[in-house]
Amino acid sequence: MDKPRVVITGLGVCAPNGVGLADFTEAMQEGKSGIRFSPQLKELEFSCQIAGEPLLKDNLLEHYFTPLQLRGLNSSGLVYGVVAGRDAWNDAGLPLAAKEEPDWDSGIVFGTGILGADKFRESIYKIDDKNVRRLGSGAVMQVMASGISAYLGGMLGCGNQVTTNSAACTTGTEGILMAYDRIIAGKAQRMLVGSCSDSGPYLWAGFDSMRILPNKYNDNPTEASRPMSASAAGFVPGSGAGALVIESLESAVTRGAKIYAEVLGGAVNSGGQRGEGSMTAPNSAAVIRCIRSAVRNSGIAPSEVDAINGHLTATGKDALEIENWSKALQLTGTDFPYVNSFKGLFGHCLAAAGSIESVASVLQVHKGQIFGNVNCSDVHPNILKKVHPSKIPQVTIVHRSKILAKASFGFGDVNACVIFGAFND
Amino acid sequence: MKEERYQILKTIIKNYLPEDVSIDAVSQESNFVSELNINSANLVDIVLDVEDEFDIRLENEDMEEMLTVNDALAIIDKKLSA
Repeated sequence: MDKPRVVITGLGVCAPNGVGLADFTEAMQEGKSGIRFSPQLKELEFSCQIAGEPLLKDNLLEHYFTPLQLRGLNSSGLVYGVVAGRDAWNDAGLPLAAKEEPDWDSGIVFGTGILGADKFRESIYKIDDKNVRRLGSGAVMQVMASGISAYLGGMLGCGNQVTTNSAACTTGTEGILMAYDRIIAGKAQRMLVGSCSDSGPYLWAGFDSMRILPNKYNDNPTEASRPMSASAAGFVPGSGAGALVIESLESAVTRGAKIYAEVLGGAVNSGGQRGEGSMTAPNSAAVIRCIRSAVRNSGIAPSEVDAINGHLTATGKDALEIENWSKALQLTGTDFPYVNSFKGLFGHCLAAAGSIESVASVLQVHKGQIFGNVNCSDVHPNILKKVHPSKIPQVTIVHRSKILAKASFGFGDVNACVIFGAFND
Repeated sequence: MKEERYQILKTIIKNYLPEDVSIDAVSQESNFVSELNINSANLVDIVLDVEDEFDIRLENEDMEEMLTVNDALAIIDKKLSA
């Protein structure tokens, strides 16, 4: 039996350069940066004093949370995830389940790395002050990793699997494939998938202390994130959330839903921290294997991939990533697919990166465009050995992508690659 | 005095009512969980708000006895007159 086709019917996003699909789309098309100077990081004497944080308009949250839920809410990742998740659900034209019974056919995989760091900090101060009794109920649900899927599950009334995955910076991309597998297996008709990551010093400090964030752009934030550039100086910390509704084609057609694109397949694996792989460095053999199995699993030829949205964080590893794509697909020069990294515009949103970037990738396929790279007019020479410069657009171009490969890689030597296709019935 | 405390308590309770329960449904006889449908996890938040508002401290035993609005008022009276 052929596996059922799976399509994307809803998108939602809460990104540093755009909250809501319309603003985000415009920002991506026009190359608007979401990276700004952070007075808080300066005050705390971080080396890197810039970051990408979603800007939430006043009163926006009243549309997403009840007054009770807003009381004592101090978990930025949870806020971003709820905004993106509910927007995607709404965009897909799906209702909230009735009060009496959940929607048994709809589930949620919504990942994160660590949730509610600010809320946890609040608790820690009270606990150390021997005031445990004053924590209140929010100390649990705003801080548990699965708080985000739990909040969304209750708001939407999902009765299928409701869970949270966590795999460092692959989290968002991995979640799409977990949900895809569940639909393929016939265990759910549709899944809300996404991921979120908190803002703030407690999330980003570890990376600053590892000296992998740029420290020479505090006066010039929009130029700091330089994926694929010879002058790449480290990744800019970011935060936010992205969300997609994916469902069986049958379900989408029955509902008369609009279809953005198709999920053709994908793969996840790990380099096992063997060979050149480590806790923080990728094992290229595993990366290449992951991309190849994603292509094979999608039933396409490597040469059919016409666009890549890379992980490409703006560190010294970008050239190696391009080399791995080139080896995996056996494509070079002008045959190499169009390639971009969105991190130039909003930084590295960590656990949220895969989902925000997947939303943008799907928008590219849907709009027939490749969003321009920024801050890489000086492409790294080792990248130019593999890729013709015309394949690294510096501004948004028209290109009706038929097949786009999106990959994310994360600490722990973990990899995920998903293949999106233009939808035609 | 007692009426004034009841009105203060009602404004606290109002924040924790489910969306489909009106403040008009609250009476001194109301049971927080079984009648007002307040999530039992939020009872602890009500206690914290009561502590702040009346500048008193409720012990675990007080919380266990606090099933209705009247129970809460009795505990507040007891603490304030102690």
